[in-house]
Amino acid sequence: MQTSTCQMVGECRMPEHAVLPQPLYREVVQFIEALPQKEGHLVTVLHKAQSVFGYLPIEVQQFVADHMEVPLAQVYGVVSFYTFFTMVPKGKHPISICMGTACFVKGADKVVHAFKEQLKIDIGDVTPDGKFSIDTLRCVGGCALAPIVMVGDKVYGNVTPGQVKKILADF
Amino acid sequence: MAATTQIKQLRIATRNCGFIDPESLDDYIALRGYEALAKVLTMTPAEVVEVIKTSGLRGRGGGGFPTGVKWGIALSNKADQKYMVCNADEGDPGAFMDRAVLEGDPHSVVEAMAIGGYAIGATLGAVYIRAEYPLAIKRLRLAIDDARAMGLLGKNIFGSGFDFDIEIKYGAGAFVCGEETALIRSMEGHRGEPVSKPPFPAQSGYWNKPTIVNNVETFANIPAIILKGADWFSSIGTATSKGTKVFALAGKIVNVGLVEVPMGTPLREVIFDIGGGCPDGKEFKAVQTGGPSGGALAHKDLDVAIDYESLIARKSMMGSGGMVVMDEDDCMVSVAKFFLDFTMDETCGKCTPCRIGSKRLYEILDKITKGHGTHADLARLKSLCEAIKDTALCGLGQTMPNPILSTMDTFAGEYEAHVTQKKCPAHVCTAMLTYTIDAAKCTGCTLCTKVCPVDCITGTKKQPHVIDASKCIKCGACYDKCKFDSVIKL
Repeated sequence: MQTSTCQMVGECRMPEHAVLPQPLYREVVQFIEALPQKEGHLVTVLHKAQSVFGYLPIEVQQFVADHMEVPLAQVYGVVSFYTFFTMVPKGKHPISICMGTACFVKGADKVVHAFKEQLKIDIGDVTPDGKFSIDTLRCVGGCALAPIVMVGDKVYGNVTPGQVKKILADF
Repeated sequence: MAATTQIKQLRIATRNCGFIDPESLDDYIALRGYEALAKVLTMTPAEVVEVIKTSGLRGRGGGGFPTGVKWGIALSNKADQKYMVCNADEGDPGAFMDRAVLEGDPHSVVEAMAIGGYAIGATLGAVYIRAEYPLAIKRLRLAIDDARAMGLLGKNIFGSGFDFDIEIKYGAGAFVCGEETALIRSMEGHRGEPVSKPPFPAQSGYWNKPTIVNNVETFANIPAIILKGADWFSSIGTATSKGTKVFALAGKIVNVGLVEVPMGTPLREVIFDIGGGCPDGKEFKAVQTGGPSGGALAHKDLDVAIDYESLIARKSMMGSGGMVVMDEDDCMVSVAKFFLDFTMDETCGKCTPCRIGSKRLYEILDKITKGHGTHADLARLKSLCEAIKDTALCGLGQTMPNPILSTMDTFAGEYEAHVTQKKCPAHVCTAMLTYTIDAAKCTGCTLCTKVCPVDCITGTKKQPHVIDASKCIKCGACYDKCKFDSVIKL
């Protein structure tokens, strides 16, 4: 299973033009202005921007590039390098299924399959109503509870495929 | 169980975890916290480096490079600014010792970084921590703020004229950033791609200044060494590996969690005496040490005294200390494939052997697990592994073939069964698996017909049932549901 998704070619799920609220842009500008210096803080600023906007569409990347005084290509290069950054919005309740080694040997792949079946979407996709999205991640360091599923900030441990329906019903 | 566990374990790096309130500076000070820093400030930097050298402490992040030697190189490099960096980018899946130290005893890392800073002549430190650890970030931030408020960080610490402060830098989910040159690139706000060494970071690192990158667990040992002395520390462990090592026991094991044992402890004691062996009466098959960079150790390795050299001699490595235990139900070819899926996903793409090699290795393993493998594939797998090992740019690529090489070595028969008999002995690879019902055991309870998602099981009540193999999707639902063990995997 390939967990990385190419986000810029073929059937791109990225919205053409993202219109985002101006106050959010101002929050990012204030954060940038408060930095001791701009050099070396691109990753820090992108963390902030993603926490503010929820994702990093091309408009936000251009905005960060302008204010950090670096080329857009450099910003895009960084955004596409790190799995933590996303260019597509996640669901209201993002589901993250741990696929670390401990979770894998305890059957996390079956849990992934159960979520895909229930929600009828693939890894990296969002349900049509925008409620859920599924992602896999690499170890949250809670191996004693393997397999682990996180829905937003809520952690479910020792998850079996049979519990998937019940977990989704919590939201 | 608890009694034996305590006897076998020796806690140095995790000495305070669980005993103190990690959010209380007073708690830490009450257990001699920051006393080591005060002691160090009365010594010369060269003396501090000498103590760490004599203690025999080696890097706990994976490679096992002697910490004191590393510090000595940075000390001897003159520069207007040097940096002390803590690598808390614990990306190895199945390892969580750094998280435990940062959440349970963050001040020990803060204090050790200041000690290291003094020893090499750095006034600035940085912790590179993965964003997936929000609680560790919160406690570390609090620890740094509290220490600063108390004058244990900042200007003129203890009136000695020594200045030291720490900033936090966040990772963003890239395994390769655990490699020190990639980590430094990432801290500078770039893509986390490694660069070739030399120059080593101790010569030219963060912002091209001498930089020491040490792992969380390495730091956690430092205050104890300063307080109790190098001789005490070097009296623990084996000839080449001193002190203790924290391991994260996970997977198919009864007692999941962190253990800290002296170097040289036999693997058997860790897995069985402390870990309690595999649950549900299953037989132990293998333990993966060193994560995606390491290898699988099996029955024949159980009596090995764990240290850096003994693990490398067995085609594995210490790594950061993850130990994922596997039982008889795990297929080693699938496990190797799992790790290659991981490295294929995490390769940064800078060098060809790693970028393309990982993909080719994965494809061959995928072919084998789907029942299409040949002997030529096994030969190609091996030669490709050797080529990647020799040519990849950084540690990630160079160690990527280890899970394959070690399992091909130890579980040669399993690979052989996949390609020759087209069978998966552990019944994991679904392409080579058929489910049938043992008519002698089947009571005709009809439970399996109810759970089958494709309705391929037929039979009347109280009569043995039959699975239609042509319709079966091999989901295993009937196998899990049957109370009479009458569903069998062939």
